[in-house]
Amino acid sequence: MNVDSVRFQHLLGIEGLSREDLIFLLENSQQFVEVSQRDLKKVPALRGKTIINLFLEPSTRTRASFEIAGKRLSADTINISGSGTSVSKGETLLDTARTLQAMNPDILVVRHRSSGAAHFLSQELTRTAVVNAGDGMHEHPTQALLDCLTLCQHFELAPSELKGKNITIVGDIRHSRVARSNIWAHQLLGNKVTLVGPATLVPHEFADEEAFGGGVRICHTLREGVEGADVVMVLRIQLERQSDNFIPTLEEYTRQYCVTPQVLEGAAPGCVVLHPGPANRGIEISSTLYEGTQSLVEKQVTNGVAVRMATLFLLGSRGRKENV
Amino acid sequence: MIRISNGIVVDPATDRDGEFDVLIEDGKILDVVPRGLGADGDFERVIDASGCWIIPGLIDLHVHLREPGQEWKETVETGALAALKGGFTSICCMPNTEPAIDSEEVVRYILDKAAQANYSRVLPIGAVTKARVGKEMAPLSELREAGCVAFSDDGDPVYNAGIMRRALEWAKMLDAPISCHEEDKDISCGGCMNESALSTRLGLTGMPKVAEDVMVARDIELARDTGAKVHFCHVSTARSVELIRRAKNDGIPVTAEVTPHHLVLTEDAVRAYDTYAKMSPPLREEEERELLVEGVKDGTLDAIASDHAPHEDDVKKIEFAEAAMGILGLQTSLPLMVSFIEDQVLTRKRAISSLAEAPARAFGLPYGTLRKNAPADIVIVDPQKEWQFEREDVVSKSFNSPFYGRTMKGKVRDVFVQGVLRLENEEVVLGGQCK
Repeated sequence: MNVDSVRFQHLLGIEGLSREDLIFLLENSQQFVEVSQRDLKKVPALRGKTIINLFLEPSTRTRASFEIAGKRLSADTINISGSGTSVSKGETLLDTARTLQAMNPDILVVRHRSSGAAHFLSQELTRTAVVNAGDGMHEHPTQALLDCLTLCQHFELAPSELKGKNITIVGDIRHSRVARSNIWAHQLLGNKVTLVGPATLVPHEFADEEAFGGGVRICHTLREGVEGADVVMVLRIQLERQSDNFIPTLEEYTRQYCVTPQVLEGAAPGCVVLHPGPANRGIEISSTLYEGTQSLVEKQVTNGVAVRMATLFLLGSRGRKENV
Repeated sequence: MIRISNGIVVDPATDRDGEFDVLIEDGKILDVVPRGLGADGDFERVIDASGCWIIPGLIDLHVHLREPGQEWKETVETGALAALKGGFTSICCMPNTEPAIDSEEVVRYILDKAAQANYSRVLPIGAVTKARVGKEMAPLSELREAGCVAFSDDGDPVYNAGIMRRALEWAKMLDAPISCHEEDKDISCGGCMNESALSTRLGLTGMPKVAEDVMVARDIELARDTGAKVHFCHVSTARSVELIRRAKNDGIPVTAEVTPHHLVLTEDAVRAYDTYAKMSPPLREEEERELLVEGVKDGTLDAIASDHAPHEDDVKKIEFAEAAMGILGLQTSLPLMVSFIEDQVLTRKRAISSLAEAPARAFGLPYGTLRKNAPADIVIVDPQKEWQFEREDVVSKSFNSPFYGRTMKGKVRDVFVQGVLRLENEEVVLGGQCK
């Protein structure tokens, strides 16, 4: 498989990718891990290409990760930040994106609070590849890619061999784009996904066939949900879930769902822990676990740069016949 | 005297379905006679309706004309024109204008605009509460006298059950129904589509069906308690249909409407975040859609109403969660129902009744029938004509329709409003003086 056989024009989500595409992205990412370990971390792959990072929702790590990835590929990278809705900004998202497209960027990386925002831009922009860096509660595909890459490395498996694992995701699944992208990814790879959290944050619809193919298991008891898990992915719980009445109090949440080394006693031997960050230590995950040997969180961050390099490289090189 | 001949008269109110001619005089139906009977008489005009149905002028119990206050979306004039093109000779306009229809002045303003436009008849619906904010009752008798045919706070329910109960007692004295937008927004808050597996997948906040059902249940009990007429707007769930069915069996004075889009589309229409298919209540699952159709078949859902809700692209061509709710409906409702007849989903009698006789009964209007002496609101529709609905067809000021590109069956050819030919061969008759 080479660059031109990649069938997607944009990376809007893991949904819609073929297993082949996903594995190809992960294999490419693995190659870029090596680039970031060099003394001189820059390759000329996207020299002369322009990447705009349009972050309309607060973000530190994802934005930094995309920026570093673009720079290590020698692309010209521009960051545009903002917050609030298009209405309060006085310009619509579409106008902003069209304005940016008029400057002929090759790739637009977009983070937005509304589900479907990246989708919307990809339909309206004709000349620019769109990368979804997180849209509302919908998808965050590069996060799922970096999570999978981290697991491949840890278990020393090729992407095509990362299957049959028990993956448990704990937390606010309802509002999580990370969870959704990971569910799609693990379904494609052939892993078993269990979702754990209170019924208000893990609605039963997640198990419906129409939602994610029906292969997802839901569990409202933490110990039961992590039983036999090879991987436990802990999600951040937002403080506002309390004021929105999804949980009575954060303490109530912690009492039921804080992941600790003790909780993981029933997990599979060698179980590892992922967290997309930033973590609320002592609320959804104990500090001991977060910093312990089971935790792969730092590797996740390192791999974030690699998967973003691979994504930008594949989309930025599309259609270019020479010197790939 | 005008004669409409050679067509098929479909008038559910008089149980006519067959080859009849219609005679019009002085703005009224003079008679409906077997085809050709007395055809050699002296007529000012004979209209040949060969191959067409002759049906009562349609009545839409639920449209938003946006005037006063949001004239860039729609005006009384453009809305009434869309109605005429769509075969609706009477449209009831919702009071969520700015200011709301909560005083005689606003009612008069709208009726004046409608008289100037001179297309279809516009029948205002007054607000239940002042400024539609749910705190104090609007001057219901004043509104009724000024010409309001019903009351509604559409867009919102009347949350305060105490105020709702008092308003029902007043509405009963005034012999007008209260038309209810049933949605508990504490349940549906922040939602922008049906709550379902699909909303879960798309990461969009859902509007659960139970948000509608709990309010329908409450207002059935208030209707029972007061004996006042409650009309349910745009019913979208199977459970609400069942609650209404039982209420009717219990003899409670409730009526209900459903939109054509809830009968023909499902939530699948928003799968690609298409904001032209975003509305409240939202499109639901296929099972719900099928049970809504059953509700129309057995008459539980009396009327089909368009919930014509024009919005400019500036508030539609944006992020899904932030886009405005609602779609156009006046020009597509009848063709969608003609397709239902052709596909034998509904009988011709039931489909036409749901657009004419049944809405007239729900709001106590003297229209919707070709009965002798009734106002001569008549539509001649060519049921065989196939056409593709496109943006260019829209005469509204806004373009928010999910039906572009859809092949429609049935086109409105001629329309009489109160005996005056206002639309002829799909063209507006200017001045409206043509005989």
